[in-house]
Amino acid sequence: MEISIIAEKLFSLGGFPVTNSFFVAVLVAVLLAITVIFFSRHPKEIPRGVQNVVESIFEGLLSFIESITNDRKQARDFFPLVATIFLFVLFSNWSGLLPGAGTIGLNETNAGQVSMVPFLRGPAADLNMTVALSLVAVISVQVFGILALGIRGYGSKFIVAPWKKPYVIGTVVGLLELIGEFAKILSFSFRLFGNVFAGEVLLTVMLTLVPYLVPLPFLLLETFVGVVQAAVFSLLTIVFLKMAVTSHAEEAH
Amino acid sequence: MDSVQAVVANADNAKFFSAAIAIAAAALGPGLGIGYLVSKGLESIGRNPEAHSKIQTSMILGIAFTEAIAIYALVVALMILFK
Repeated sequence: MEISIIAEKLFSLGGFPVTNSFFVAVLVAVLLAITVIFFSRHPKEIPRGVQNVVESIFEGLLSFIESITNDRKQARDFFPLVATIFLFVLFSNWSGLLPGAGTIGLNETNAGQVSMVPFLRGPAADLNMTVALSLVAVISVQVFGILALGIRGYGSKFIVAPWKKPYVIGTVVGLLELIGEFAKILSFSFRLFGNVFAGEVLLTVMLTLVPYLVPLPFLLLETFVGVVQAAVFSLLTIVFLKMAVTSHAEEAH
Repeated sequence: MDSVQAVVANADNAKFFSAAIAIAAAALGPGLGIGYLVSKGLESIGRNPEAHSKIQTSMILGIAFTEAIAIYALVVALMILFK
């Protein structure tokens, strides 16, 4: 039973190491894009088949976002980013549960030790992918905030002059909020990575102990955790977006 | 058979102890925290069933934050074990 916290490298593309989780992430992204683009080619007024499914998913996500922002226009502004994050994280979590992920691979010798390198691995089980995704989310929050409030308006949340209203405490709180933004990157990435990687370890251990029937509840648990972590990531992104776009004056009521 | 002291003194074996203690100690706080959260959330839903979905959303948000703390400790424990 081998568990590697680092995603194993499959091959190099001109100096860029392609790991198994990167490979699956690209697969998931390409499949998602193809599904949505291809089957929405000539949209019919009365949707049928795959177009119907895609539309219902989008509608569900839009109403989910609207239930939190309580503002239709903001929900439509946030929709592309949040829906992409949700669908990508959801399908990448589920792809790590497919039969063959983590089990089919090559035996490689590394410095005298034989280890197995699986071909497929859940993308979120690689810290690189979760850090990248959380960087995208947090930087987009800053960009949305600057677009809505302007640089001065948005900067006044973090850099508060000590001679203005809350006096020195305002400055300290502003600095803490700035540090909090960096802490958000860490917490986003570790939350997703920890949940998915721990799930993989759990499944590996269960399958090693009793390969038949007993791992079923754990597979169900992992499916559920995949959905919940995708929902939590996008929920937190929506909340931070909403907070970034609201100016101080609107908040005080 | 190594004596217990010899086993503990060997640096490699300290990995197992430290990983177990890390995650065991870290499971306490968020466990209690999530328990409080959910109990207050259920109580307020009971008092005001109309606001059910709003309360539920905020509750899940809070649970995500508290659970993340246990996950940080889990990641540290896994790093100790597998590095």
